[in-house]
Amino acid sequence: MSTVNDSDLRASAVIVGAGIVGNSLAYHLALLGWRDLILIDKGPMPNPGGSTGHASNFIFPVDYSKMMTELTSDSTAQYKELGVFIESGGIEVARTEARSHELRRRASAAKAWGFPCEILDSEGVAKLVPYVDPAVVLEGLYFPSVGVVDSLRAGTIMRERAVEMGALVVRANTEITGIELSADGKNIRGVKTTAGDIETEVVAVCCGVWSPRIAQMAGATIPLTPVVHQMISVGPIPLFADTVGEISYPIIRDMDTNMYERQHGGDIEVGSYAHRAIIVNPEDIPSIEASALTPTEMPFTQDDFDPQLQDALELMPELLGDESVGVRYAINGLISMTPDGHPVLGETPEVKGLWSVAASWIKEGPGIARAVAEWMDGRAPGVDLHEADVARFYDHQRTRSHVTARAREGYNKMYGIVHPAEQWESERPTRLSPVYERERELGAFFYEAMGWERPFWYESNKHLLKKYHGRLMEREAEWESRWWSPIINAEHLALRETCGLVDLSAFAVFDVTGPGALAALQHLAVAQMDVPIGRVVYTSFLDERGGFKSDLTIMRLGIDAFRVVTGAFTGMTEKKWIVDRLPADGSAQLSDVTSSWATFGLWGPRARDVLAQCTDDDVSHAGFPFATCRVIELGGIKVRASRISYIGELGWEIYVPIEEGARAWDTIFTAGEEHGLVPVGIGVYGTTGRLEKGYRALGNELTADYSIVEAGMARPSVKKEEFIGRSAYVAQRDEVPVAHLCTFTVDDHRSAHGVKRYMLGGEPILSLEGERLVDEKDRPSYVTSAGSGPSVGKHILLAYLPAADAAVGNKLLVEYLSETYPVTVEVVGSTPLFDPDNARVRS
Amino acid sequence: MVARGGVVCFLEHDVDGVLDASLRALTLARSLSESSGRVLVAAMMGMVPPSDLEALAGYGVSDVFQVVVEGVEGYAPMGWARALLDLVETWGADALVAAGTDRGNEVMAHVGATTWLPMVANCLAASWLDARSLRLSRQRWAGSLVEDAVVEGVPVLLTVAPDGVAAEPAATPIATAGHEHRLAASENDRRVVVTEWIGRGGGVALADARVVVGGGRGVGSEEGFAALDELAGLLGAAVGVSRAVTSAGWRPHAQQVGQTGTKISPELYLACGISGATQHLAGCRSAKHVVTINTDPDAPILSRADYAIVGDVAVIVPALVAAIRERT
Amino acid sequence: MNVLVCVKRVPMVGARIVLTPDQMEVDVRQLGFTVSPHEECAVEEAVRIVERDGGTVTVLTLGPPEAADQLRDAAAIGANRLVHLVTDGREWDAIATAEAIVEAIRRDEAEQGPYALILLGSEAADTGDYQVGVRVAHALGRPTVSGIKHLDIGDEVLVAKREFRGGDELYELALPCVIAVKEGINLPRYPSLPGRIRAKKMPIEATEIVWREGPVRTERLRVPEEPRERAEILGAGVDGVPALVALLGQWGLLA
Repeated sequence: MSTVNDSDLRASAVIVGAGIVGNSLAYHLALLGWRDLILIDKGPMPNPGGSTGHASNFIFPVDYSKMMTELTSDSTAQYKELGVFIESGGIEVARTEARSHELRRRASAAKAWGFPCEILDSEGVAKLVPYVDPAVVLEGLYFPSVGVVDSLRAGTIMRERAVEMGALVVRANTEITGIELSADGKNIRGVKTTAGDIETEVVAVCCGVWSPRIAQMAGATIPLTPVVHQMISVGPIPLFADTVGEISYPIIRDMDTNMYERQHGGDIEVGSYAHRAIIVNPEDIPSIEASALTPTEMPFTQDDFDPQLQDALELMPELLGDESVGVRYAINGLISMTPDGHPVLGETPEVKGLWSVAASWIKEGPGIARAVAEWMDGRAPGVDLHEADVARFYDHQRTRSHVTARAREGYNKMYGIVHPAEQWESERPTRLSPVYERERELGAFFYEAMGWERPFWYESNKHLLKKYHGRLMEREAEWESRWWSPIINAEHLALRETCGLVDLSAFAVFDVTGPGALAALQHLAVAQMDVPIGRVVYTSFLDERGGFKSDLTIMRLGIDAFRVVTGAFTGMTEKKWIVDRLPADGSAQLSDVTSSWATFGLWGPRARDVLAQCTDDDVSHAGFPFATCRVIELGGIKVRASRISYIGELGWEIYVPIEEGARAWDTIFTAGEEHGLVPVGIGVYGTTGRLEKGYRALGNELTADYSIVEAGMARPSVKKEEFIGRSAYVAQRDEVPVAHLCTFTVDDHRSAHGVKRYMLGGEPILSLEGERLVDEKDRPSYVTSAGSGPSVGKHILLAYLPAADAAVGNKLLVEYLSETYPVTVEVVGSTPLFDPDNARVRS
Repeated sequence: MVARGGVVCFLEHDVDGVLDASLRALTLARSLSESSGRVLVAAMMGMVPPSDLEALAGYGVSDVFQVVVEGVEGYAPMGWARALLDLVETWGADALVAAGTDRGNEVMAHVGATTWLPMVANCLAASWLDARSLRLSRQRWAGSLVEDAVVEGVPVLLTVAPDGVAAEPAATPIATAGHEHRLAASENDRRVVVTEWIGRGGGVALADARVVVGGGRGVGSEEGFAALDELAGLLGAAVGVSRAVTSAGWRPHAQQVGQTGTKISPELYLACGISGATQHLAGCRSAKHVVTINTDPDAPILSRADYAIVGDVAVIVPALVAAIRERT
Repeated sequence: MNVLVCVKRVPMVGARIVLTPDQMEVDVRQLGFTVSPHEECAVEEAVRIVERDGGTVTVLTLGPPEAADQLRDAAAIGANRLVHLVTDGREWDAIATAEAIVEAIRRDEAEQGPYALILLGSEAADTGDYQVGVRVAHALGRPTVSGIKHLDIGDEVLVAKREFRGGDELYELALPCVIAVKEGINLPRYPSLPGRIRAKKMPIEATEIVWREGPVRTERLRVPEEPRERAEILGAGVDGVPALVALLGQWGLLA
């Protein structure tokens, strides 16, 4: 432990918060060569009083999110290296049929990521955990690799290692009182503390529930809220008296009651996510001195826990019904919750040098710290963190109202059965397209995308079900029918037969302008950006290791003007990526014009007929070539039409000023009536259309873990201009790819019960012997995208395969809900299943 | 006796003289009398040696009444209360002050109950507001808080916080006259008396132990506890451990002290190699004396402990054992 | 044997107490509530007595509506009957408190006969007045003693033990009597889960009582200047040992 040194007035980084995250971050930065680090915490070591100090410290390895699973995996390895991991095993028990179904989904996810697990019947559960009443349990999903960790000890060891390396000075009992900024408020100059000022340009906020308060000192927002999680400890348990150490029996997650029970020494610890969501304002967290225990161990509210007593008693009647066994500890513990349940990591968009490393659970802490340390060091993090990027939020998502509403809604879903397409209910609607009302009238079923209400399909198209009967690939099982409708497939067929109109107003749109704009975008994009004015470029951005960062379109509007268009989900992270890389001399600026433009997609064989009816401008194939854009007159307004298609049909994206959006829609809609135009939702645009065309999606197929070559998107040559990731990409082109992105179709959908099942994504691809397929870089094969392909009459899956298995015609298996289904490799690479020559698009 | 009014201070005494707590009470009592030009007298139960009386001259006491209740030997709270009240009434005192010891509080509570007057315990300071009321400060929350209040009704009944007021002799000593004040016992006086006094044995059960030797992660290993066991044996103490120790499997769960272990209230808690996580401290909060041996001078336990030795348990505990053996 | 225990709801404070802006009260918004450790022991003692000898444990509190929580805590470890004198939340002084309790006791005893034993905690954690039990005993004409760390209960007499000068003094009191116990008389049990569930369903006999002003008027509360925060360092390494041995001797802990 180091002592306060008055001459330490300058730091390479000040790390605020000495919980598992702060301690790990200090260590990982030290390993990367950082020196002159200062770690401060207003509390004492080793337990300064944050959530790390009391959180139940168990780790279940599997999450549906690949990112979370990888972070947990890395953290577990680190904990093991630190000697603080005790393997106990863990069982998720099902009391209901619905939960049994969900356990199978979990088991498949475990298989996809490579974690051993086994479904046990109730006797099997009781054998491993004798104090569970088997009569109450249907089944259990057993993970033998579950364990508990001493996170306080781990943090201490890492912190001390960093100190021993001479990289770190620790100041306990030191509170940060302010962050000093540059005159424009965009850069850090230093921090003020109760023990003096420190000069620095980098501050890492690792403060858990206090993080929003600290960020606020710099005028930045970290969107999370403290939330209560109740825990009690009951003992002394006679059964545990003879055990040695912290835990000897597997941990039980009683999923249907939203609770967990685990041995902790002589006690059994019972935690609950079942109580009403109790939101605590960060400003109301008590000080260390005023707390009876610690600031994150708040007084227990008995009433909120009472129903759970019954549930716990029911599951473990003898253990907990023993009158000699008492509740020795009971708290309303504080944990952090974010609007979407993922951590909040990365440099804040408001202030450069202010890094958020918040909303991490014990099970991801060290892994997150390592990845963020790499990020801080200017490298691409070893785990793709885009889902957790602090920059991902739009303004409305940073409001306290939104954060608390979503936390409230999300709290009881902790162990919930959450369908992959499940939609939030709270705080809706927030962002509305100019034709929202028309969409409602058309019976739109709305999905929410970063606050935007987007029609996923339209009930008004119900009449198409009869027309396309027999081609709709109707779903029989309840699970995959949720948040879905056969109308989507009907819209798809109608669009490909005549044409459809899609509202794409949720696009994020940025104008990059200035004499330096071309150079700036040239340096970011894989594709050649020095194109004629009016050309539309579809391109990726890479990170320096050649992994995918973005996938978007850029229109050249002028010599010095470009318009970047990207999806709602990644818009804000991409905006920061671009802004951070604009030239320092200010010769290029980015202007966020998302709120200025509505976008509609008009596609299908009759699209030109419809458009020609709305405009006198030349929209013929010769007159308006593919991949170009121009301003045309449309029914008395000027719009920019861009001839590209993510659906793989003839047509345009039409950009219209938002105030004229409704008129544009009406114009096109009216013109389309005689041509069979139907409104079409995102169900087609985002899934069915693109899957038939093999179009990849960022975050699904295109992630930091795979290269352009592996994704089958390599062009004949690489532009000679330098861009981020160029050298890595060139090297990848010279190597033999270790994996290929393939398109599969499902040969037989029938389950063991004879019900047709349709995969939704995330499922593992297996050999015919049922073995996982893992490539030479240790990347497992799993379904990156899944959906109906109505025009080809097949359910389509995309997945990467190890090179040896990537052969057209290869027969493999996909595991869905613990059953396997035969699949065939139809395409290795990017050749579409539908219209492979792309005749339609270029017609 | 000629009633001269003023402040009466009840002093407890034992073979070593007037109790330190009573001298503190006397100091506060004197501040009450001096500030208002009142007389200050003392009352003690039973006869006292002349040396005690002389010592009181230095405290500004003009008269000392040795109060004897015929036929009541030893401590009898109701009898003592009645006798003091009798003195107060005879003397015409308008304030009765005592030390906030167990006995002091108890006797004064009886005086209050008998007279239906308020009794204010654990005072830190007091001054007259007018003839019938006093402005005072007293402890709440065992000293974590101070209450400023006004109490009405004479005689004012106060006890004085033993750790809140320092004992100070008067600036100039005055002559102290000794007197006897005798009463006959009444029926009620003997309803509650001490029937026996027993010297203490010692149990070593953790919950009841008078001394607990605590061991934490800083002990280093399971083997390291041998020295603590030896120390505990010498002191007739029980051994209690922190959660880190039971989690490491070095000691059984039954020995864990803390929020989810056993709560202890010994006279001495000797914490060896324990950093002092809140959960653990909550379990030993009511220990009378806390001494810690720890390598880290910034460890949280030092803010709870009264005394500390900074250093390695493995070195210091054996040295402590040796020193104790030598002395005894 | 019918035993009555009187408890008081108090906040669970940390090392530093936070006051309301007007400095008249403790700011309890972030605090949990409990009873003083002495009272916890009193309830435990009563439960043990009744477990051994039969009878009922009645727990009574004078306090705001939320004080029902403290009654339920007592029920969870074995109290059989809960009585709540419901106030509007204002502080009651010792004289008024004792009066109200005595009235309730008299009502009870008129119906069921005398409580053989009335237990209280030696002092409330917050006010630390030490006198409610004595006042109650006086009003009822019963003997009382406080600071008790052990009780031996006979048919008509009990023997109470309290620490004094390194030993124990014994008192003999005739029943019925009033005893104020001190923490350490026993180790209170923690409530079991079935106990908690039973407590939730137990009825509470509640009566609203009207606040009475007392002769002590609070002017304000204040947090005293920082008390000694850190331990006195006796020395570094073995150098500290002699001083520690001296202290042990001073505290009477060496043979």
